[in-house]
Amino acid sequence: MQGIITWGTYLPYRRLDKSSIAPFVGQGGGKGTRTVASFDEDPTTMAVEAARSALRGRNLTPQQLLFATVSPSYADKTNATVIHAALRMNDSVTALDLGASVRSAVGGLIMAARSGVTTLVTSADVRTGLAGSAEEANGGDAGAAFVIGDSSAAPVAAEILAIASATEEFIDRWRAPGTVRTKVWDEKFSEVTYSPLAKATWKQALADAKVSTEEIAMIAVASPHARVASSVAAKLGVAKVVSDVVPTIGNSGAAHPGLLLASLLENSEPNQVVALVSLTDGADVIILRTTQHLANARPTHSLENQVNGGAPLSYGKFLSWRGMMAIEPPRRPEPQRISATAAARSEKWKYGFIGSRDKSTGSVHLPPIRVSVDGQRTDDMEDAPMADVLGTIATFTIDRLAYSPSPPIVFAVVDFDGGGRLPVELCDIDIEEVKIGRRVRMTFRRLFTVDDIPNYFWKATLVRDN
Amino acid sequence: MASHGIKDRVAIVGMGCTNFVEHWDLGLDDLVIEASNQCYSSAGVAKNDVDAYWLGTAQGGMSGITLSRPLQLDNKPVTRVENFCATGSEALRQAAYAVASGAYDLAMAVGVEKTKDSGFQGLNAAPPPNDGTGRTLTAAAMFSMVAPAYAKKFGVDPDELREAIAHVAWKNHYNGARNSRAQFRKEVSMDTIKKSPKVAGDLGVFDCAGVADGAAAAIVCRAEDAHKYTDKPLYVKALSFVAGNGSGLTNPEYDYTTFPEIAACAVDAYAQAGITDPSNQIALAEVHDCFTITELVLMEDLQFSPRGTAWKDVLDGRFDLHGQLPVNPDGGLKSFGHPVGASGLRMMFEAWLQLRHEAGDDRQITTDRSLALTHNLGGYPGEMVSFISILGTELG
Repeated sequence: MQGIITWGTYLPYRRLDKSSIAPFVGQGGGKGTRTVASFDEDPTTMAVEAARSALRGRNLTPQQLLFATVSPSYADKTNATVIHAALRMNDSVTALDLGASVRSAVGGLIMAARSGVTTLVTSADVRTGLAGSAEEANGGDAGAAFVIGDSSAAPVAAEILAIASATEEFIDRWRAPGTVRTKVWDEKFSEVTYSPLAKATWKQALADAKVSTEEIAMIAVASPHARVASSVAAKLGVAKVVSDVVPTIGNSGAAHPGLLLASLLENSEPNQVVALVSLTDGADVIILRTTQHLANARPTHSLENQVNGGAPLSYGKFLSWRGMMAIEPPRRPEPQRISATAAARSEKWKYGFIGSRDKSTGSVHLPPIRVSVDGQRTDDMEDAPMADVLGTIATFTIDRLAYSPSPPIVFAVVDFDGGGRLPVELCDIDIEEVKIGRRVRMTFRRLFTVDDIPNYFWKATLVRDN
Repeated sequence: MASHGIKDRVAIVGMGCTNFVEHWDLGLDDLVIEASNQCYSSAGVAKNDVDAYWLGTAQGGMSGITLSRPLQLDNKPVTRVENFCATGSEALRQAAYAVASGAYDLAMAVGVEKTKDSGFQGLNAAPPPNDGTGRTLTAAAMFSMVAPAYAKKFGVDPDELREAIAHVAWKNHYNGARNSRAQFRKEVSMDTIKKSPKVAGDLGVFDCAGVADGAAAAIVCRAEDAHKYTDKPLYVKALSFVAGNGSGLTNPEYDYTTFPEIAACAVDAYAQAGITDPSNQIALAEVHDCFTITELVLMEDLQFSPRGTAWKDVLDGRFDLHGQLPVNPDGGLKSFGHPVGASGLRMMFEAWLQLRHEAGDDRQITTDRSLALTHNLGGYPGEMVSFISILGTELG
């Protein structure tokens, strides 16, 4: 059986204080906060960021890439190919989208574990709902990524001891593709349906893994229904349940099981048996045993750090970012649809953030150029991958007039460590934070969408402590 | 290989310029007709006397037909040119070279822009289909990065720099108020300028050029023929053009306190014209004050002020209407307005008026010098084109 080699999670920077909802809408909201994907993020960009966190500094070459989300940016066309391009993966990698259900995310983990090839499994979601709804308040936006493989690829941090599933057709939560509103049946119906499924599957998984409940050090139960998750967790008899992140970040749908699994791993010791139970349209149980390689597999950007980070967002901005409230744009022309052919030609730059480095002088060019700056040599360049290179703000400005889905634009001239300069938009930043000399890193974003084509490219964001 | 220039080989013998305002009732055709007819009349020639045409328009239309159709030209060669905001200057440059080559006796340059049909504020470029990775900032934002960099490099107190660039706006409004063709004809107080709403960075509304509709035109001939058309021709002393390679956007050594393309263009222009001490030889300069901070930095790139000192010269009033070296006595882009394709020729129109002492009592400068400089740029800090002409009333 395969195991987890490494993992990464991504939480967007902004947090909505749920108590700000009811004063505006007259209903809804509640206590706590939820994560909010920025106006320039979508499940694809968040999956990219989670995967970058998982892969950073590791020499891993997955042969498969799986991506699950409930709210894909493309139908017909594959979204995973964008992730593939942003991660600069080999052309030979099979990149696939899984269907737009919450269950597909845990399904990706199961398929990877059973596949026999090293697989990057990603999931991400932007959770929406009508204003004042429970879905709006209790949702959250996030991404998660796991590299699944065997020890021939890299040391395994957690062996998968058993996988057990049960499948059941019943209508407890549903939404029409492309819409923002998830509808739910009576939660009691969910609870009575999931409980026996969870118990039976749990029993089967324990038997397959040849472990007892007492040997399980910690459990995580993922369910879109908070009530189902807590009641099943209590019923399975495991003493320790992974701490509940939902009150801070919300339930991130397809990303939620991955976040809980990451939390399990980040809070485990080596050589412990832990279990993930995911309850959507049946039950899926994965039992794992951590290894001595666990510590080395931890991503530098832990989930806990991200849960504790972030900055507030007003409810008005939240509504406008999700398209629930149209706000007056700057009186400037809106952007044009990008050219598919031009984008295809510049794939390495646009998606992979690869510039060119002059082989003779070492100077780095962003975007890449073919002719040396002295004009003397053509095609004496090599690839300069810059996505993971940090930079420093040389100068900056705030543009209050230019078109942006969320004005004003904060813009800086960024000088990269080791050479290269790019004037580029900053994201996840408040105006008063931008200063000459501040350190920035690159992040994959969706600049705008025209004609249903998301325009993906990179922005810079401040290097923060968490 | 050298930039030889065409000093004293070509003369401007007629010019025309429309008012630069929001011409809600005039289209591009109307504007070129008005500027062209003024120009024919100024040179005392009939339409058919002009042998070839260059039309400068950034976005007003494609091909020479944009001019030949409204003017109903009779099988004339007409070329449309575009070179960012230096488009109008480019048209003149091509016409002058065509005459200097001997290919034509009389050539006309027309610059025009109908900016106000877009329904948007400011200028709006329509980029070709692209991969979506380019910048989408306004010009104001790109130029706004110059002010803090300049203050830091030269140790100028930001409030003093703010005062200096406000003075640029104040001066250009003062001058524009005395120009019947200008878009904005009111003086504006320093206080109003400094308190104007921010557009980008620290640049407020009053730090930005006006955007207007307009057209301007010039007729050129060989220098030896100039007096057939006018007693007071302007001889072309220098025409210099530099298209930058965009390196300022990618090279960390570029510090946003100068425009290297313009500095290089100035060196070439002064060499062509044989000018060794620009600030003491030039009577007036019309420069591309797209933003107030731009004009301030131009004073250094054009060698009017040593590096890091232009802000003092600005505050001392050296470039005021009756200062030692009047800059933008017609109000500049700031107050005259900026119909992109016309602006370069509008600058030459002011040189034409001032050197011929026809600017009117309100703003005629008093000088015993005979040279004027026009400077026209396009693009942004780090990636721009620069044009400089030097025109004079005397041969030699």
